[in-house]
Amino acid sequence: MTATVFERVRVIASDVFGLPSEEILATSSPENVDAWDSTQHLNFVLALEETFQLQLSPDEMEKIRTVSDAATLIGEKLRAANG
Amino acid sequence: MQLRQDIDHFIAAGDAAAASRLLAELWRREPGPAVAAFVTSRYEKLRGTIPFTAHRLAVLRSFTLEPVVPLIRAAAFVTGIDLTVHLCDFNAYPQEILDAASSLYSFAPETAILAVQTRDVAPELWDGYADLSPESIVASVTRVIGSFQSWIKAFRQQSSANLIVHTLESPPTPSLGVLDAQSEASQSASIRQINDGLRAARREHRGVFLLDYDSLIGRHGFAHWHDEKKWLTARMPIAAGHLMHLAHEWLRFLVPLTGQTAKALVVDLDNTLWGGVIGEDGMNGIRLGPEYPGAAYQALQRALLDVHRRGILLAVCSKNNPADAMEAIEKHPGMLLKPEHFAAIRINWGDKHQNLREIAAELNIGTDALAFLDDNPVERAQVRAALPEATVIDLPADPSGFATALRDSPVFERLTLSQEDRLRTALYATEQQRSRAEQDFTSKEDFFRSLEQEVEIATVEPATLARVSQLTQKTNQFNLTTQRYSEQQITEMASRPAWQVLSLRVRDRFGDHGLVGVAITHDDGSACEIDTFLLSCRVIGRTVETAFLSHLAEHARARGLKSLRGWFLPTKKNSPAKNFYAQHGFTQESANGDGSLWALDLQNNIACPDWVKLRVPAGEKR
Repeated sequence: MTATVFERVRVIASDVFGLPSEEILATSSPENVDAWDSTQHLNFVLALEETFQLQLSPDEMEKIRTVSDAATLIGEKLRAANG
Repeated sequence: MQLRQDIDHFIAAGDAAAASRLLAELWRREPGPAVAAFVTSRYEKLRGTIPFTAHRLAVLRSFTLEPVVPLIRAAAFVTGIDLTVHLCDFNAYPQEILDAASSLYSFAPETAILAVQTRDVAPELWDGYADLSPESIVASVTRVIGSFQSWIKAFRQQSSANLIVHTLESPPTPSLGVLDAQSEASQSASIRQINDGLRAARREHRGVFLLDYDSLIGRHGFAHWHDEKKWLTARMPIAAGHLMHLAHEWLRFLVPLTGQTAKALVVDLDNTLWGGVIGEDGMNGIRLGPEYPGAAYQALQRALLDVHRRGILLAVCSKNNPADAMEAIEKHPGMLLKPEHFAAIRINWGDKHQNLREIAAELNIGTDALAFLDDNPVERAQVRAALPEATVIDLPADPSGFATALRDSPVFERLTLSQEDRLRTALYATEQQRSRAEQDFTSKEDFFRSLEQEVEIATVEPATLARVSQLTQKTNQFNLTTQRYSEQQITEMASRPAWQVLSLRVRDRFGDHGLVGVAITHDDGSACEIDTFLLSCRVIGRTVETAFLSHLAEHARARGLKSLRGWFLPTKKNSPAKNFYAQHGFTQESANGDGSLWALDLQNNIACPDWVKLRVPAGEKR
């Protein structure tokens, strides 16, 4: 399940930041992805929200510092939503 | 993922058509922020191989709209528009509009959107309403209308671009609660007054359009549309799932502004216009009427009638026995559409794409101006593959969603409705009589003579401006230079000294065709240069083009000029105009990669055909 979520987050990150998905790693972050600025961060969050049909709070938006953070957070929220 | 790999594979292999089809498919399946960047980046690789219409869009805004940019660009690409978007600085719209040296004007937009929220432009009407005295409410409303008026005016002074203004939205729950609706000084009424003021301001300028933001939010529901958390943190008031709807609403304006509209809509019959199969279920078995399930099909027919009233032609393409299907169209009591609503009918067992080609030819339009509506996904896929340039409307499996699917399509949007649009279907009916009349004559000349054609040439005026601009936007076939002009640009050209913007109206014994031709010329030294010369396809090949050109030559000579010159700039569509200058005694002066330049020595005459009666209203400038 988590692997699937990670893969899906990776595809979204690859689309939003304009990189081939194999170049998106768990550790990819604003520090090592040029396109990951505040605008693209918002786009990334919106794409996650839309794809997984959930809402991220302002705190959660802040907490996402890497692709792996995003996948973990989404995974937790999906599990919480499904009980 | 498979679809994305296939797309990249086709791009690498140089199969742009296949790549473009799959990109559109991907966007239809998953339109939204996740896919937008992928779709846009891949379409960018197809530039040069797929003919996109380039367009420059500036967005003036009081709130965060960055995430809409990838969406509108992807959605525009799917519609054939290569959009360059300039987002003006956050909340800097008044300076940007008023400062002639701002980034807005240096970007040189073709269209600008002014997206301002009520809470930003009229905070006192949004938050502190209950504190306001009746006088200060009036003062606020007047101030806000005045601000918009001055922005629109300043924009128009600096730019001839189209301007789309978001109207102001009402708060979801008014300050006064339910009392608001009872109150004379109602909060929602005040905001409506501002919007009425915007409507009045719009009418004072050319090319200014309103986007009804309140009704857009209402369609989707304020509670879902608004995202308070994103508003407070990122100044982004729109929930992720609805950004797409704003992009789509913008597209409804960009499609007509860039001429990407459909001119005819071809509809299937069985399980589309009615439920069931007429050949099997018969007149009494098909479902069509005011009660469910027939009501869903009537709702679709009503939506089709609305589209038809905007001047879009309707046609039928159905696999059926013609007698069965025609009987249902003519006699079924549930049919809201009647035979006279259809400009062309193809009921046979042939391939639909072949029938669509024939319908386009019969209606004298390109297959790219066709839209196709069919419940059967297989037929839709075949038409998409055979005619990628046509618009195929997707219908949901449940017929109760048919009408909405049709109404949601941007290709039927019109920003102006001319008299010609309203008359179009009647004109096509008389055109059928005319075609029959043509067959009765053995010589073309006899036929032309029998038409009793009357041509009226006049300088563009406020009443004809919209139609003249529309013709430059829409005419593809008989168009020598295919220059697209907005109303503002036409007004500006007409006001220049030594420029003429002429319109041509044609009548014949079958009826009035309305305004169907435009010529724009300017005098340069001893030559009269033709900037634009076009004729609607309805009147091509009936020698009125010769009468029009003869008028230009005669008047240039009367102004003391020595030659009449014009370019032919070939496009994919305008081959009917290719030999026009050569046929009228022009000689080719030069040619380059864009086209060829032709000139006529005005010692030579272009004879106006004696069967065309030329009328030039008194007072026309020479």
